[in-house]
Amino acid sequence: MLKVDNIQVYYGMINAIKGVSFEVNEGEVIALIGANGAGKTTILHTITGLVAPKSGHVYFEDKDLTKIPPHKIVYLGMAHVPEGRRVFQQLTVLENLKLGAFSIKDNAKIEENLKYVYAHFPRLEERKNQVAGTLSGGEQQMLAMGRALMSNPKIILMDEPSMGLSPLLVNEIFKIIGEVSKDGTTVLLVEQNAKKALSIADRAYVLETGNIVMEGKASELLNDPRIKAAYLGE
Amino acid sequence: MSSFFSYLISGISLGSIYALIALGYTMVYGIAKMLNFAHGDVIMIGGYIAWLVFSSLGLPVWLAIICAVIVCVILGVVIEKIAYKPLRTATPLAVLITAIGVSYLLQNTALLTFGPASKTFTSVVPDSLGISIGGIDITGETIVTIVVTVLIMVGLTLFVNYTKSGKAMRAVSEDRGAAQLMGINVNRTISLTFAIGSALAAVAGILLCSTYPQIGPYTGAMPGIKAFTAAVFGGIGSIPGAMIGGIVLGIIENLSKAYISSQLSDAIVFAVLIVVLLVKPTGLLGKKINEKV
Ligand SMILES: Nc1ncnc2c1ncn2[C@@H]1O[C@H](COP(=O)(O)OP(=O)(O)O)[C@@H](O)[C@H]1O
Ligand SMILES: [Mg+2]
Repeated sequence: MLKVDNIQVYYGMINAIKGVSFEVNEGEVIALIGANGAGKTTILHTITGLVAPKSGHVYFEDKDLTKIPPHKIVYLGMAHVPEGRRVFQQLTVLENLKLGAFSIKDNAKIEENLKYVYAHFPRLEERKNQVAGTLSGGEQQMLAMGRALMSNPKIILMDEPSMGLSPLLVNEIFKIIGEVSKDGTTVLLVEQNAKKALSIADRAYVLETGNIVMEGKASELLNDPRIKAAYLGE
Repeated sequence: MSSFFSYLISGISLGSIYALIALGYTMVYGIAKMLNFAHGDVIMIGGYIAWLVFSSLGLPVWLAIICAVIVCVILGVVIEKIAYKPLRTATPLAVLITAIGVSYLLQNTALLTFGPASKTFTSVVPDSLGISIGGIDITGETIVTIVVTVLIMVGLTLFVNYTKSGKAMRAVSEDRGAAQLMGINVNRTISLTFAIGSALAAVAGILLCSTYPQIGPYTGAMPGIKAFTAAVFGGIGSIPGAMIGGIVLGIIENLSKAYISSQLSDAIVFAVLIVVLLVKPTGLLGKKINEKV
């Protein structure tokens, strides 16, 4: 479904991604784990066109995303929950959610998606007229996820959804990621919280300074001694 | 007392014109993150077009207004495409210098086309619209300016808050990258912002030239600077800020002219700006801006 093919990404002289390839199949939950600065966010930004790779390609259902302007990518069925949430702080919760459905013309479809989002995030419905900047961190994360789901994506990319949240909220967020996956949305999950990510994922890739150094079934990686030592603190 | 009210009302009228111009500065700043110093000169072009169609060719007023708006919209959008868009990722200084260059280009084009002498502008407002309330004479220009400005402000507020394009503008203004992820075409949103700002500039130009019935190559320069001041005063990037800033500035300017000194009125306006910025660096309604990728 999604195929990242040997991408190289530079920030000026810095080679942030040094030839990364991986694949996400329909229906999978794929985790991309790695330490801070490994290049996880850069990979997601390259997929959705916020940064351009120096070489390599990104194929989504056989379309080369590197040749498509970034604002058209959501129309293909790909949503991105960016690192740090990046909800529109000065807009209300409902306005944020409606912007998530910017790519959809049919109002009935938008209402249907809104119902779906409210079913998973009842908190957002309670606060729909509140300005997003006044929400707590956890609520903003829910809003960022809800906003992405409003486009009814085939695949959702999530960049550290657990960042800065209390353990209780982290559990809640991961529970919802599980539900979204069960509902048929493919998930590419970027996390520093390797334990949580591996426990929910089907397969995983481990990124170190711009290279994929390990890949495999998540359940196997969870028991791999190197992963345990480097990422699980065991 | 009655003279105070008449100064106040003409101050509100002048301030309305500043507000219309300030809206262009503030919207472009909010959405494209740049100071379009050529904005004042778009007003002047609007004034010339209206003069050409109405005063010079003697065609109907409505046609003059439509022509001025259309020419300014096209001009604004083209300036953005040719001069500013290639500089999307350049330093703010490069963009600023370019904007000043565009400003000179417009002024000199007008100078070359229409000559250095000011032309007499025939007011687009019929004299019969003037009224007198309790001994205060209010000119038709004043009334039309205030009414038009109020209508535009209401319309713009509704547009920005309730339409899909308006919400897209607010999204782009907050976070361009996140807006793109929603499917918002940032380039188109910026073009739309320039189009709206330039249309308002055309209207402001016509109102300005009707109130002070002259048009020359530098007609837009000083009102442009004042309106920019008004935008900063109200909080650059804030639409209600530009509206309030413009009107307050017009009132201060007119009252200082009347009661303090007509030579010092500009100095007083800028002194007030400095005081406001010292007390509240983001302006009256400005918010702190967080820059994001
Ligand atoms: N906008 C940028 N400009 C320059 N360097 C950057 C930028 N964004 C990220 N980097 C660098 O690229 C590398 C990868 O960063 P990032 O993709 O954010 O990693 P991660 O998401 O895994 O923490 C880091 O070395 C980081 O410092
Ligand atoms: Mg990151």
